[in-house]
Amino acid sequence: MNPFEYTRAASRHEAATMAAGGATVIAGGTNLLDLMKLEVMTPERLVDISRLDMDDIETTADGGLRIGAMVRNSDLAAHEIVRSTYPVLSRALLAGASGQLRNKASTGGNLLQRTRCYYFYDTAMPCNKREPGSGCQAIGGATRLHAIFGASDHCIATHPSDMAVALQALDAKVEIENATGDIRTVELESFYRLPGNTPHIETELKPGDLITAVIIPPAKGSRQTYRKVRDRASYAFALVSVAGVIEMSDGKIAHASLAFGGVAHKPWRNAEIEQMLLGEAPSQDLFRRVADTLLRNAEAQGDNAFKIKLLHRTLCAVLTELTEG
Amino acid sequence: MTLHLKMDDRDDRYRLDDMVQGLVGTPTDRPEGKLKVSGKASYAMDVLPDDVCHGVLVRATITHGKLRDLDTEAVRALPGIRTVITGKRMLRNPAQGMAGKAPVQGSDDIAYFGQPVALVVADTLEQARHGALALRLTLEAKGDAVVNPHDPDASVEMPKKEQVLIGDLDEAMKKAAFSVDQHYTTPGHSSAAMEPHASVAHWHGDSVTLRGSYQMLAYNKAELADALGISEKNVRILAPYVGGGFGAKLGISPEAVAAALASKELGVPVAVSMTRQQVFETTMRRSETNQRIRLAADENGLLTGIGHEALVSNLPGEDFSEPVTQATPFLYRGENREIVHKIARIHRTCAGSVRAPGEAVGLTVLEIAMDELAEKAGIDPVELRKKNIPDQDPTDQIPFSSHALAEALDEGARRFGWDKRNPKPRSTRDGEWFVGMGMASAVRVNMLIESKARVTLSADGRAMIETDMTDIGTGTYAILGQIAGEMLGLPMEDVETRLGDTEFPPASGSGGSFGAASNGTAVLLGCEEIRRQLCKKLNCEDADMTLKGGYAIVGNKRIALRDVLDGDTLVGEGHVQPGKAEKKVRQATYGSYFAEVGVNSVTGETRLRRMLGVFAAGRILNAKTARSQCLGGMTFGIGMALTEELIHDRRDGHMVNHDFAEYHLPVNADVPQIEVVLLEERDEWANPLQAKGIGELGICGAAGSIVNAIYNACGVRVRQLPATLDKVIDGLDEAT
Repeated sequence: MNPFEYTRAASRHEAATMAAGGATVIAGGTNLLDLMKLEVMTPERLVDISRLDMDDIETTADGGLRIGAMVRNSDLAAHEIVRSTYPVLSRALLAGASGQLRNKASTGGNLLQRTRCYYFYDTAMPCNKREPGSGCQAIGGATRLHAIFGASDHCIATHPSDMAVALQALDAKVEIENATGDIRTVELESFYRLPGNTPHIETELKPGDLITAVIIPPAKGSRQTYRKVRDRASYAFALVSVAGVIEMSDGKIAHASLAFGGVAHKPWRNAEIEQMLLGEAPSQDLFRRVADTLLRNAEAQGDNAFKIKLLHRTLCAVLTELTEG
Repeated sequence: MTLHLKMDDRDDRYRLDDMVQGLVGTPTDRPEGKLKVSGKASYAMDVLPDDVCHGVLVRATITHGKLRDLDTEAVRALPGIRTVITGKRMLRNPAQGMAGKAPVQGSDDIAYFGQPVALVVADTLEQARHGALALRLTLEAKGDAVVNPHDPDASVEMPKKEQVLIGDLDEAMKKAAFSVDQHYTTPGHSSAAMEPHASVAHWHGDSVTLRGSYQMLAYNKAELADALGISEKNVRILAPYVGGGFGAKLGISPEAVAAALASKELGVPVAVSMTRQQVFETTMRRSETNQRIRLAADENGLLTGIGHEALVSNLPGEDFSEPVTQATPFLYRGENREIVHKIARIHRTCAGSVRAPGEAVGLTVLEIAMDELAEKAGIDPVELRKKNIPDQDPTDQIPFSSHALAEALDEGARRFGWDKRNPKPRSTRDGEWFVGMGMASAVRVNMLIESKARVTLSADGRAMIETDMTDIGTGTYAILGQIAGEMLGLPMEDVETRLGDTEFPPASGSGGSFGAASNGTAVLLGCEEIRRQLCKKLNCEDADMTLKGGYAIVGNKRIALRDVLDGDTLVGEGHVQPGKAEKKVRQATYGSYFAEVGVNSVTGETRLRRMLGVFAAGRILNAKTARSQCLGGMTFGIGMALTEELIHDRRDGHMVNHDFAEYHLPVNADVPQIEVVLLEERDEWANPLQAKGIGELGICGAAGSIVNAIYNACGVRVRQLPATLDKVIDGLDEAT
């Protein structure tokens, strides 16, 4: 572990100021500490925000929810409103990690967890995300975990979060405060970036930006689910996952938002397929066409070719489940 | 003082059955159990001297080539760094089990990606870790490193003594009414014990004491001495508690030698614990296997021929090769037999013993093939196996010792409700899930290994056992205490068992399921010697003396042992050696597995729903620890069937998934209700305990029952383990 300085921030301002000066923010530390031990990340200064007053869950004026950045994953999953109104989020959280990790992991930190690409984790391997310009050793290597959407010649990694996939389907926004105290909100969709030729830049956060909350609008559909497909029954990252929020009206689909995990550098969403569903009566034929459209531009990386078929089938099953009855 | 036994013949004295204390066989708690669950049992790194320094190993980051230089100056300038150790005594990889000498040494020649080439030592673990990652190596790669066993450039050996050819299998296949000829693969596995390999070395003059996490201390002592170039007399190893071994701690490993070298140089104790990634990369892996099975059967399903070919791999120069076909020569009948064993020399992490080498993967595959034959012949899988149990070892033409396969198959089928299984795949559905049942036989060769133990009966009537045996979580402390308590008529609390110190008499060590039977026999012999001395004091024959609850009963007299001893302390040493018995009969343990799985019709995910194992391993010494061993074995069987796989990069062979996040051992949610049934049995050919090894039996073939259940559930036959969903999903539609 690289020697580092540690400061426990007394205020958001102090944290943001330190972060603007190059410090790395630590919240639950469930991912960062592992990465530091391996020296995949070697921050010289850490600023700890875990004691800041950001762990409230409040309803917003428009009937949505504002989740403080330091709300623990366990608490968020168990929250009454989340369970009743946003079950997709609760399910996604509980599908992730383990009980111990969820007790420690924060909402903001979950959004910022790093990829689980084998090559990113091994400092002996070239990795453009870890060391810009060094190359991508995953391409042509072991790629079971890797992306089928939005990858580039520089990076084929996937984002590992379950929570973020559910938030994506819920049209969540990220509330960000910077060192000068300015607060802005960014749609989760544009918060995350595709790898392009700068895979080390993963989000729209600028130096000194601090995630203070995640805001979810009122749920647009009451039929929600999160389906995670993985190699073992628990404690494994998604091979693919589907977060779905559907509203039915008179036997037709009145709202559909769908997000996909384990398949891209960010929680994946496809506006075209949501449009295809709107106003339609559910049918297997429709679902197959929707899945075909989603996967039209999917690109396998060798070992992960199965994900294309797997996602197709999983999406159809999720749509069936959410539109039945 | 020493009672010696060479096991040349059967022992039908059934000594334990003569005893009345009532300890052996019972589900006795581990005497050290409370220490373990309360964190008080001290594992290798739990007792660190105040002046200890920490070392962290440095890995080579090429596959094959030379270490030309190390930039030690830059690292020495970092805070807290004390020294950098490298050179000709560093171990390339761990010693193979029971080697008794050092493995290949020297950090100049790199044979696999991840090979430890240096140790950075610092005041704190964090400083050492940083120093190890900061050390710049000048490496010269050879461009021709072969890393895949199928690479046409791989040199392939076929050791003569491993090949068997009896009759004419090709002809038998041609004439067969039903036959199977299929290829299968199993991936590499890692032992992945919870306690990483760790050693704390400390020198006093010319002698080194190593507190480590090892399975076979008598061998490890010789290996460490050889590696350091010192006399065995100057080496002491302590391993009172070992947090799992599974084969990976059979032989001395790189961290131990590096710790000893560093401690010698610095004159202070040095502790080296491997990181989890290093445990994966630099300790033994189970070789991946490529297997071909041929089965020929007549119209009644009687086997006329069995062929089993295996290609495994190891580093150049290593003499271990995964004994894939170990049980194939004697498990089933068939007059035409062919066994082919090939070893590809490749540059991957060293291959060695991991969790039941041989049968774990070889029997699993044979049992999948048997399921395929049952399907083709239209015979129930249990019936097919029963009718093919031979009368004697069909290869060596020698009788079996105790053999309870048929009983285990019947008992398992009855208890599991096998008669409710529909042999037609896809006939049972539960919502989105296809549900199916599968079964497999279990078999594991039985071994006896030379072992010694000293038993002391003190004047206060309490007994003490001393042996350098280890308890790797298997229950050694419990069973040795039970055996001594049984033989000397003492309750468990009056028997103290001291293990894990090479100052004590050398034991078999823990490995190959032979520890309990081998070292337990040494304890039994030591107790017999004490009984002889007691008889002398009581002036009676052993047959006339009953020992119970701290009393000797002779004729109509009941005398407290303390009074019999009258201030004396009696010492009995037991020494057992294998003999001709193992050549006269075929000794093995047997069992059966029954599994029910659900296969998701959308995703191809398989989830085990329930599983039963029925096992016969001679006398069961402790019903609780024996059951735990079988539960553990079956759990690893679940992993082997469904999730576990070492992934090597196909270009440079480096281990890609070297941590618990990506090497998928089964977690709680993967392990449903598992039932274990132990059959009552005695094997008088095995040893005077009539007990056979049970430690590994529970994994041998277990995965086969699960893979066979997948077929019964959804009609997809998986021949490339593990049966991850990508191997199933393509067949889900075809089979409908």
